[in-house]
Amino acid sequence: MSESNNVLVRVHDVDKVFRRGSEEVHVLGGAHLEMPDGEFLALMGPSGSGKSTLLNLIGGLDRPSEGTVEVGGLRIDRLSDRKLAGWRARHIGLVFQFYNLLPVLTAERNVELPLLLTHLSRAERRKHVAAALGVVGLKDRSQHYPRQLSGGEQQRVGIARAIVTDPTILLCDEPTGDLDRTSSDEILNLLSALNEEQGKTIMMVTHDPHAAARASRTLYLDKGKLATEPEE
Amino acid sequence: MKYLHLLWRNLTRKKLRTVLTVLAILVAFLLFGYLSAVRQAFNMGIEVAGADRLIVRHKVSIIQFLPISYERRMEQIEGVADAVHQTWFGGVYQEPKNFFAQMPVEPVEFLEMYPEYVLEPPEYEAFLNTRTGAITGVTTAERFGWKVGDRIPIEATIWSKKDGTRTWEFDLVGIYEGAEKGTDTTGFFFRYDYFDEARAWGEGNVGWYTVRIDDPDRAAEIAEAIDREFANSPAETKAEPEGAFMQGFAKQIGDVAAIVTAIVTMAFFTMLLVTGNTMAQSVRERIGELGVLKALGFTHRGVLGLVLAESCLIAVLGGALGLALAAWLVSFGDPTPTASLPIFYFPARDVVIGVVLIFLLGLAAGFFPALRALRLQTADALRR
Amino acid sequence: MVGLINWLSQITAVTKFSLRTVPERLGSSASAVFGIAGVVAVFVGVLSIAQGIRQTMVTSAAPEGAIVLRSGADSEMMSGLGREATRIISEAPGVARDAEGPLSSAELFVILNLPKRSTGTDANVPLRGVERAAPRVRADFRLVEGRMFEWGRNEVIAGSAAAREFAGLDVGASLEVGREQWQVVGIFATNGDLSESEIWTDAKVLQPAYRRGDSFQSARVRLNSAGSFQEFKDALTSDPRLDVKVARQDEFFAEQSIVVVTLITVLGTIIAVIMGLGALIGALNTMYTAVSERTREIATLRALGFRSGPVVASVLTEALILALAGGLVGGGLAYVAFDGFQAATMNWQSFSQVGFAFAVTPQLLVQGAVYSALIGLVGGLFPAIRAARLPVATALREL
Repeated sequence: MSESNNVLVRVHDVDKVFRRGSEEVHVLGGAHLEMPDGEFLALMGPSGSGKSTLLNLIGGLDRPSEGTVEVGGLRIDRLSDRKLAGWRARHIGLVFQFYNLLPVLTAERNVELPLLLTHLSRAERRKHVAAALGVVGLKDRSQHYPRQLSGGEQQRVGIARAIVTDPTILLCDEPTGDLDRTSSDEILNLLSALNEEQGKTIMMVTHDPHAAARASRTLYLDKGKLATEPEE
Repeated sequence: MKYLHLLWRNLTRKKLRTVLTVLAILVAFLLFGYLSAVRQAFNMGIEVAGADRLIVRHKVSIIQFLPISYERRMEQIEGVADAVHQTWFGGVYQEPKNFFAQMPVEPVEFLEMYPEYVLEPPEYEAFLNTRTGAITGVTTAERFGWKVGDRIPIEATIWSKKDGTRTWEFDLVGIYEGAEKGTDTTGFFFRYDYFDEARAWGEGNVGWYTVRIDDPDRAAEIAEAIDREFANSPAETKAEPEGAFMQGFAKQIGDVAAIVTAIVTMAFFTMLLVTGNTMAQSVRERIGELGVLKALGFTHRGVLGLVLAESCLIAVLGGALGLALAAWLVSFGDPTPTASLPIFYFPARDVVIGVVLIFLLGLAAGFFPALRALRLQTADALRR
Repeated sequence: MVGLINWLSQITAVTKFSLRTVPERLGSSASAVFGIAGVVAVFVGVLSIAQGIRQTMVTSAAPEGAIVLRSGADSEMMSGLGREATRIISEAPGVARDAEGPLSSAELFVILNLPKRSTGTDANVPLRGVERAAPRVRADFRLVEGRMFEWGRNEVIAGSAAAREFAGLDVGASLEVGREQWQVVGIFATNGDLSESEIWTDAKVLQPAYRRGDSFQSARVRLNSAGSFQEFKDALTSDPRLDVKVARQDEFFAEQSIVVVTLITVLGTIIAVIMGLGALIGALNTMYTAVSERTREIATLRALGFRSGPVVASVLTEALILALAGGLVGGGLAYVAFDGFQAATMNWQSFSQVGFAFAVTPQLLVQGAVYSALIGLVGGLFPAIRAARLPVATALREL
């Protein structure tokens, strides 16, 4: 582990227990994961294998039942809700399968949303938003509402929203899961470019081998075990 | 301030629903405001009763008379500062439905006892100098379009005159204002000396006394002393603080007032419940979006603040309009054609209660669904 | 004709269709029904107070009863009649007679302060001094407990409503009148009319107690028939020895009840109108929601060739049915909760308490139903118009 200085994400022996009635379901069963800075990692695995759970743990959306999660040297599994929220705002960019844009806001306002949590002035926020929309190629669509945009465009707005704060890591949960092939490719091109040109660390949960192929490394999660090859 | 846009966009997400919700709250608080005035009317101005005044009446009932000589005797009781008398005249102006209270009084003493009846100095002078003079409150003057200088004929139902006629003519020399909102400005007062001399019977008898005492804390004790003074006489008395007397009077309207207010209060809270539920529903529908905000790094407090700001804004918008509308409607005064509610206004205390209720509505309607959204793990909320 | 039938069958079809989806929209439909039920319950409830007072004071007064007061007096309290006058009245033409003489009672009306059972605070009870004919002058006088007072003694009987409202009006108890103790010896009823709120005693006993000499305040007579009134009135008003005012009992009490009945009716109406606005908003909300949830369905129907008329009608019908259901529930609620509820209030004209029972009359229930239907119609109209105006093509694409 000569590169340990550059490890950005360190997940150690984590488990997440869900309660279904009287039954306890262990989702991750002590998973380990290390992600170096600048990596574009694809995480694959069957439904229910805990891919999204792992992603949520790294993004601080959820806490592990056991084990530790360290991002950028910080033990986030121990942070209070309040601290965690602030940490998320600074370090995490989230991209969702169903975009999760607020329908009442224009593309521009949606992208601006995370910036409201910073101390930037209105003019500075505008500048950042314009830059982010420029990166995803949607400058001319800034005044459109989500329902006026295609799925691919909405996801690009979602990505713009994720990168506008210049986060440490970009977490994408099935970013192409709801898109056709052309739009998928656009999104994947965008993510690759962000990784290669801007050095963004990206973790992407996906079902789609075609999408996973664009990543620099692919891991398979099944029954709580991470492997470099699928089981079968 | 930077959240204003988001707030506004959420409010206008479903314009029709927002408008209807605001209207529903408006109506609820209109009802609340109007009810306050009605309740106030039923209470007959207990709030403005003088703490330093007692009412002394015949023990058996207020319709029995007391001798005029009691005034002097009461004023000699320790603790009594002054005593003035009034008598129910019960006359009719034009027709019986034009009801208002008329009382013969001693002008100087009476107005000293009731400083809440505010008269311009020239009108006061005129009252002292005109034997057939009378003063009335603005409410009654406006009701019949009377002006100072008018001659008011009143048909007596109880007090016929010595000459056998029943029409008493009074010269309106003054119109008084109320010093406070709750002051009854429907009364009509004329001079006792004129009354006593002209009435065919009952000379030297008056209806009841108002007694001012030096120390309000000793009210009970002084009332007892007064009653003791006249015990075992042909006209025994019952003295009680003015507030208690009015309360007793208000209680006589009794069950009806209580039932009407109870029904309407229930209705008001039902309306709040239904509206609050509609507001809460619109928050519940957005639990997923609240999850997104949390995922983006909004704190619990931040999300809660946004939701509460929105629900309070709706509540305040509707509530303020409702209270304002109620105040406007109430300002037209007594709604009954028979003028049965002499005291009819929207008391400041109830405005405050109304404002508190508005915020409670806004907070409750936003708080509970928002709390539910926040209790959910962010990850679960997103799945909604 | 065929067109009309076709149109009607379209309405039925669409309405059935829309009503079948009501259970799916149970929450919002129920809140509309609930809202309207509340309005109607309050409307009927408050007005049943006015109805109850009116019934007590007016409706139960016998048509052949008449009352004589001094002219110029509006109430018994303000009236005064001498012994001679009451004798002339009892002998006037038209007055019914029985074996014991004319059905005429000269009466004295004063008030007495007694604590109310409900609040413990003092309130005024009418205390009436009567003559021997008094029970027979009233239509349905009967003793429900104890016995009649003995003439000439300090004894009283209490009306059942007064006995219910005031403490100390039980058989065997005694009242303090001035410095004397008067025994309560009986409780009487008069078929729910005003007398039941009074205490009765011998007028001759009451006169000295209230120092009234040999004077009275009114004369109550029972006439041969309601038609004898004019004759009776003319005889008295033209008699130079008298200066009196003659009124039919029912008209007199109607006038007496005006103040309190008007007060409650006006307040009740204002409250009902304000609440009606609230319910109207609720109904609008429900029906707009219904229309927006059925956008696709309505568009589909329209695409299949249904005209907009039946769609409008179906929305209106649904609103109307919900509203009437609310009206029914509200009316029923008011009936169960309020009808016959016993209470007392101030009768301004006599300065004393009158006991009465809330009366939820059929007429009130009909008014309530009409009011609810009105709310339903208005509440359904605007959403119906919106439904009719839905552009079919875009609506189909939505959702």
